[in-house]
Amino acid sequence: MTNSYSKDRENVISGITTFDTIVQQHIGNINANSSMNAFLLLNDNAIQSSKETDKRACSLSSIDGINIAIKDNISTKGIRTTCASKMLQDFIPVYDATVISRLKQKGAIILGKANMDEFAMGSSGETSYFGATDHPLFSGYVPGGSSSGSAAAVAAGFCHAALGSDTGGSVRQPAAFCGVYGFKPSYGRISRYGLIAFASSLDQIGIFARDIDTVSLVFDSISGEDEYDSTCSRLSPSDSFSNVDNSIDYHSLTIAILPENELLGLSQDVRKVYDTTIQSLKKAGCTFKELSIPASSAWIPTYYILATAEASSNLARYDGVRYGARVNNDISQDMTTASRSDGFGKEVQRRIMLGTYVLSSGYYEAYYKKAQKARRVIVNGYKSIFDQADLMLLPTTPTAPFKRGEKSSNPLEMYLSDYFTVSANIAGIPAISFPAGYNDQGLPIGLQLQATFNQDEKLLHLTKQIASLIV
Amino acid sequence: MSDIFDQYEPVIGLEIHAQLLTQTKAFCGCKAAMSDFPNTHVCPICLGHPGALPVMNKQHVNMAILMGLATHCSIRTRSAFSRKNYFYPDLSKGYQITQFEDPICYAGSVEIEQEDGSVKHIGITRIHIEEDAGKSLHDIDIDTLVDYNRAGMPLIEIVSEPDMHSASEAYKYMVSMRQILRYLGICDGNLEEGSLRCDANISVRKKGIKAFGIRTEIKNLNSFRNVEKAIKFEIVRHIELLESGGTVKQVTMQWDASTQSTKELRSKEQAHDYRYFPEPDLGYILVTQDMLHDATMLLPELPLAMKQRLSHDYGIPYYDAGILTEDKSLANFFEKTCLQLSVKDKERYKLVCNWILTEILKILSDKKISINEAITISSKGIAEIVDLFADEKISSKIAKEVFSHIVQTGESPLQYVESKNLQQISDEHIIAEFVNSALNGEAENIEKYRAGKSNLMGYFISKVMKISNGKANPRMVNDLLNQQLM
Repeated sequence: MTNSYSKDRENVISGITTFDTIVQQHIGNINANSSMNAFLLLNDNAIQSSKETDKRACSLSSIDGINIAIKDNISTKGIRTTCASKMLQDFIPVYDATVISRLKQKGAIILGKANMDEFAMGSSGETSYFGATDHPLFSGYVPGGSSSGSAAAVAAGFCHAALGSDTGGSVRQPAAFCGVYGFKPSYGRISRYGLIAFASSLDQIGIFARDIDTVSLVFDSISGEDEYDSTCSRLSPSDSFSNVDNSIDYHSLTIAILPENELLGLSQDVRKVYDTTIQSLKKAGCTFKELSIPASSAWIPTYYILATAEASSNLARYDGVRYGARVNNDISQDMTTASRSDGFGKEVQRRIMLGTYVLSSGYYEAYYKKAQKARRVIVNGYKSIFDQADLMLLPTTPTAPFKRGEKSSNPLEMYLSDYFTVSANIAGIPAISFPAGYNDQGLPIGLQLQATFNQDEKLLHLTKQIASLIV
Repeated sequence: MSDIFDQYEPVIGLEIHAQLLTQTKAFCGCKAAMSDFPNTHVCPICLGHPGALPVMNKQHVNMAILMGLATHCSIRTRSAFSRKNYFYPDLSKGYQITQFEDPICYAGSVEIEQEDGSVKHIGITRIHIEEDAGKSLHDIDIDTLVDYNRAGMPLIEIVSEPDMHSASEAYKYMVSMRQILRYLGICDGNLEEGSLRCDANISVRKKGIKAFGIRTEIKNLNSFRNVEKAIKFEIVRHIELLESGGTVKQVTMQWDASTQSTKELRSKEQAHDYRYFPEPDLGYILVTQDMLHDATMLLPELPLAMKQRLSHDYGIPYYDAGILTEDKSLANFFEKTCLQLSVKDKERYKLVCNWILTEILKILSDKKISINEAITISSKGIAEIVDLFADEKISSKIAKEVFSHIVQTGESPLQYVESKNLQQISDEHIIAEFVNSALNGEAENIEKYRAGKSNLMGYFISKVMKISNGKANPRMVNDLLNQQLM
């Protein structure tokens, strides 16, 4: 496995290697494993950028030269951005997302665009128009989704870090499946400008890396206010990496866990890792409290109503008029229908229809309004939990990675695999999945830590300490 | 038949869309200049490119508040945006950002003047902020082309209560709304070019009955004349339908200017389900006390108040004050001119008013320009002409000559009159000489005049004026002639 960013950086500074070499190694790895289908496109300029980075090796900025993969729903100027959809298979954006311009400005090297579930709709990476992503360690298994390529690329050592997006677990779930860190910040901590919207009130750009320090470094570099995103937090860019307080008193740490009856559908292997982790933390002195997130039976319905409602509107712009695939070259309702029927895959169409239905006149009150109410209940429930605890510990997924094709014919079962991740998006709080162990087969299992709104730095610090006890 | 019409009361409500004169579009930094070459003021945001997000425009919000205050609305301190979803090629995002529940302004009213001079209040239900769609240009060659310069242009929608009961009331309401928008300087109010748009909701009911009849909506009335005509047509259609035993269907109609009639655009069953829901990409519109205070400070005198004041303070006829205040810049020009008169009295104010309403308006309408664009016509110049005339230094004939000269050159009337020696002659001896020579050889006409043919006076006067090259003081000429011919 390749080095972490900080190790590679050290080696460049001490003259052992160059960023040029590192990029070439990464690209070599990617090409040697092209059947994994983690990337949809490699950036032609990556090698050129690495050569320029090498020229300033004596004065590197915090993430200078980091090799990063970008989920293909983040707008990159001049670089094809498809959302893994036929609809946008030839789409070349005219502008950079805010995160991309911040990464570029700080010298990050964009390695390429990562595969994903179409329009970020999916939990297995299987809905990509360009083919499923394979699990980086166990071929034939799914790497999780929707940020399938980002997670796989990081786990396979194709890059130092990757950006994904997390609407209901799309960063944390594949991170857990692939055995890496996957961080979803508080809603608004990272600008969404240029993130191709799935569900605007739930979407958040997230970060993958094999070590928590890299996650923090990237977070520090891309977070912060953005005049182009009105929902972006006014909080200053964080300083979660350099301000790490390594001394932690485990005895003063209170961690919330769900009551037994809310640990729905948990498989035995995940349960084992979950229990073991709690035991280790108890031994270290942490206090555990069983606290319930309210309305657990409503998490999945609430999430799927809000997300699909917003998606049905966000995806309306793909009508074949201005860009993307056009079928039936005649400006009319027929052209719109034909283009959308042809350009969107099954899962995307299913969610657009669901979202259109829940917003329809006569159904709005019964579905959307009710989901909004449930959302407020969940937000308030979390507030009360974090009045009593520093963190909440949950499984990231009910099961270890499953086989490709196992759930793709049963959407409902697929949706239920989001059970432990959606509540953080509904409440807008920060959550991270960290690698916590393996099942007997050796498949990775992740656990999830959550903190109260805008306590992202604290969450990163504590995760580092907690993970160090387990690994 | 007319008896039957008298038994019904029409009920009319209007929805007005006003395009605002902001610097930039509603949710992006593009210049708000939709008449420029097509698709030159566009960006990822107003084109609805994937991943682009809207950002609120403070000027848009402030202008909506200003209109709210001018129409006596309550202003919500916290209101939100919604999405209105429908597919159309010129709607770049597939939804329009608008306000649905809880608009920024609500529960206001405006005053319209009725024929008998009484004032009627028309309720304003709401004013909300929204964005415009692009403009589809159909049948250009064989294609439909779309100009997105208009996409994302800032609009306010003003919804009235169903308080109007005739086409002429609706017309007056429309005129007065345009006048207010123009006074506030927030909309140029051009129906033909679409910067002001009007949809009308119409129903009729038997007089004395409270319940509303079934209404129809007429879309896209693109001139003041069409607003009145279409409403009139629709009222008659409703009544005739009901009288012949039929029922009105709740449909959307369109005014067809070529046939001078309304035709059905879509039925209730074909009506869109817009699937409104809260816009998740924007925060709340928060109106602070400071913003309200600033808007109140910016609020100018409104047309009706100005009309009443001009008539009262300057002693000019109410009707004349109405014409002056149709255009705020004209009313301002009037006041500015009056301020520069050497003697400030009602006689001279009336003269100023007359000059504006006759000579100046004629030039403006011939040249199709506004008073501000007429650079040779200055308030100072008009004040000088009026003073020269009122001080009896020039005759009205000379005054007109001076005016037409300065309109060409922009010269000062005072200097022009001096340099051309156009000053009126008011020396009694000289005028007496003019009179004498004019009456010379007119013994016969003098006899006739004295015998009672009094209209010959005009003939004598014009003869004297001719001899004086138009410079004799007409009042003195008149006096002297009267003396001589007694």
